[in-house]
Amino acid sequence: MTDAILSIRNVTVEIPTRHGLFKPVKNVSYDIVPGEIRGVVGESGAGKSMTGNAIIGLLDDPAHISEGEIWLKGQRIDNLSAEELRRIRGKEISMIFQDPLTSLNPLFTVGEQLVETIQLHLGLSAGDAKTRAIELLDAVSIPNSTERFDQYPHQFSGGMRQRVVIALALCSEPSVIIADEPTTALDVSIQAQVLDLIKQLARDRSIGVILVTHDMGVIAETTEQVTVMYAGEVVENGTTDQVLGAPMHPYTQSLIAAVPRPHKKVHRFPQVSYGGRETVFKIEDLARNWTQSKPSKEGKMLEVKGLTKRFVEKASLIPSRTTYFTAVDNVSFDIKDGEVFGIVGESGSGKSTVARMIATLYEVDGGEVVFDGSDVVTMDAKDRAAYRKQIQMIFQDPFSSLNPRMKVGEIVAEPLIHHKILGRGQAVTRVAELLDKVGLARGAEDKYPHEFSGGQRQRISIARAIATQPRFLICDEPTSALDVSIQAQILNILKDLQEHLGLTMLFISHDLPVVRQMCDRVGVMKMGQMLEVSDSETLFSAAKHPYTAELLQLMPQLAQLDG
Amino acid sequence: MLSFMLRRVGQSILVLLVVGLVAFSMFRFVGDPIDNMLGQERTLEDIERLEQQLGLDRPFPVQYLRFLEGAIQGNFGVSYRQGREVSEILLERAPATLELAAVSAVLAILLGIALGVYTAIRRDGFVANFIMSTSLIGVSLPTFLIGILLIYLFSVELNWLPSFGRGEVVDLGGWTTGLLTASGLKSLILPSITLGLYQMTLIMRLVRSEMLEVLRQDYIRFARARGLADRTIHFRHALKNTLVPVVTIIGLQLGAIIAFAIITETVFQWPGMGLLFINAIQFVDIPVMAAYLMLISVMFVAINLIVDILYAFIDPRLRVAGK
Repeated sequence: MTDAILSIRNVTVEIPTRHGLFKPVKNVSYDIVPGEIRGVVGESGAGKSMTGNAIIGLLDDPAHISEGEIWLKGQRIDNLSAEELRRIRGKEISMIFQDPLTSLNPLFTVGEQLVETIQLHLGLSAGDAKTRAIELLDAVSIPNSTERFDQYPHQFSGGMRQRVVIALALCSEPSVIIADEPTTALDVSIQAQVLDLIKQLARDRSIGVILVTHDMGVIAETTEQVTVMYAGEVVENGTTDQVLGAPMHPYTQSLIAAVPRPHKKVHRFPQVSYGGRETVFKIEDLARNWTQSKPSKEGKMLEVKGLTKRFVEKASLIPSRTTYFTAVDNVSFDIKDGEVFGIVGESGSGKSTVARMIATLYEVDGGEVVFDGSDVVTMDAKDRAAYRKQIQMIFQDPFSSLNPRMKVGEIVAEPLIHHKILGRGQAVTRVAELLDKVGLARGAEDKYPHEFSGGQRQRISIARAIATQPRFLICDEPTSALDVSIQAQILNILKDLQEHLGLTMLFISHDLPVVRQMCDRVGVMKMGQMLEVSDSETLFSAAKHPYTAELLQLMPQLAQLDG
Repeated sequence: MLSFMLRRVGQSILVLLVVGLVAFSMFRFVGDPIDNMLGQERTLEDIERLEQQLGLDRPFPVQYLRFLEGAIQGNFGVSYRQGREVSEILLERAPATLELAAVSAVLAILLGIALGVYTAIRRDGFVANFIMSTSLIGVSLPTFLIGILLIYLFSVELNWLPSFGRGEVVDLGGWTTGLLTASGLKSLILPSITLGLYQMTLIMRLVRSEMLEVLRQDYIRFARARGLADRTIHFRHALKNTLVPVVTIIGLQLGAIIAFAIITETVFQWPGMGLLFINAIQFVDIPVMAAYLMLISVMFVAINLIVDILYAFIDPRLRVAGK
């Protein structure tokens, strides 16, 4: 512990609020050693990012460090003035944020932003700063760095932007980098590359890295040391192998148990039980007055044939010069009654576009969507309304998919009233029942969506989706925005829906372990094409297509977890 | 980009045609010009002769086309009241209005942006709150009242500044300017404050709210995390990002400044186009009214076209929108 470059000693952060003092970080201590990556893991709200902000002096007013000390290279920095701290920021301690799409200023070229930072910290001439900026772009493996120097952030892809962000963090040879969820917004393959880059830079330049994340896979792949935080406190500290392999604290144990395993299938997801917050939901009760749907003709609920969608890429006055981007290219698959069909793929592979075409949110540019024997594409308005009643959708972001100006009761009742299933009076009773069954407390219908957490909101979305007693449910990344513990809960509800109510599902995700747990059959998409469709067990044990094999190989193995 | 601009130009032409139609229909529906021009002792022959001379016996579409033809060449006919070419009268009056509008716009933009940034950065400061509260006066008081209050205070009570007219003007080859003489400059002060106050508060409030929004963005946090000084962050990174919506509003308001100069010009007896228009309404001088309408709409359309092109300069994402 003597060679620590950064030491956090018993740090407490306080925020005075109307309801008294709130302490998002309580008595936290850890050390950073040069060249080593320390993972800080925990659920959202556990105080892990807040600790990072406290170190770098970026706490938003009125939050402040009330107790404890932070030492950097033998100098105490938590009591420095704002101006002195600013000099350390970016020079000694750099930061990388979660979302590479928003952390670069869109109106300045990448080069301008690099040169600005380099000149600030190193005082180089404009020419030297440019040379150094291009070196840094090379160091983070951005091809054609000289050309890229003059480009704007929007001309870079997500992964490339995160590399630029890393280059910016490296501008002045910092000794510590705080990476706050650096890969959460990225695809699996890009995530692996960016993590490799961080690992390599930490080793080569002996930078101490604090890697804040909620993803156990990232922790297992990347870090040497782990700090587990829960409700503002450190519950466990140790080497990665020890914490993941033999967790001591009950919270860590239940958190690790909740991580979906890539290599074995379980019937239900273990929920994080620590803190007594396990939610009770009673989907099986709904089965009693659920009109069981007739089996479909030919046993196929949905058949998609040669589905194609083109978006206008560049509009032109002359029709022949308009160029198109084919988002979905001749995709075919079918879903049997009661089956959960998964589609996996990276962002931009067209998986959500497929879902939206099936839900008739997008017009189809080619092909057929056959639902229970009749083609949805050529249906008249009346049949379409009847079709829409039978399918429902659950979206990724529980924050934007619920109208913030409507009460939860109205939100859930809306489909019932729109499809004239129940009158307003009866709908109220039905809504209360639905909310109760997905485990929301009594009185939830009179509240607004912002009064609920992400997991609760996603359960409201589920209640809304099953209100019309649909036969077919489309789940578009239903748990991507949620913590591991909440994810387990939502996935269990979805499993119950399938088991007790016999719902057929299209389940879209980029998270392979989750897909393995949820789906009976899986289709793999890349660049608008369906590469292969097979049983999920077959796919995970013997992938036919090389791209699938590559995806599987990039999937964090989490071997330590059960080692 | 090219097709975008062509489309914009096309839309602008459409707008101008519609305004032209409105302006032209005034000739037919707002009073009878022959009545106005000939007075009481007219004969039927007089009426017919004048009708033929003015082309009023032709069908409506033909008259409209002829009007457009004239309008494009800057020929709006002869003022009923003054008996001079309308274009000549307008040209004579235009410098006064444009000068007044330009000075007010510059005042409004510079002060508006500066105060907006200040009030955003010192959000909870005493001075910022004071500015915000007083700015409500600028938004809520009508222009003519502000003008009258200013005249009362600075001209009647203190006797510092003139209450009407342009003062001495210098003629620079057809363009008269009050910017080169002391009395001209003094005469400009009150009218330009009156005209620009509303725009200034509007710009200030807009800049403030946009700036507060931008300061919450991740790239501002990241800029702070890189150790950039507050000044660089506020004036380089944040301000430029607030400009896109601000430029839109400034563009719209610039048109409004020229158009609403009517009220200020009336209060201060400013010899510009607005005053000309008011007088034209009083005497049903339709050619002048029509020409004024056309001129204002051309300015509106031109300013908005320029604003659209400016976007591309500010925001690189729009520059390669097609790519």
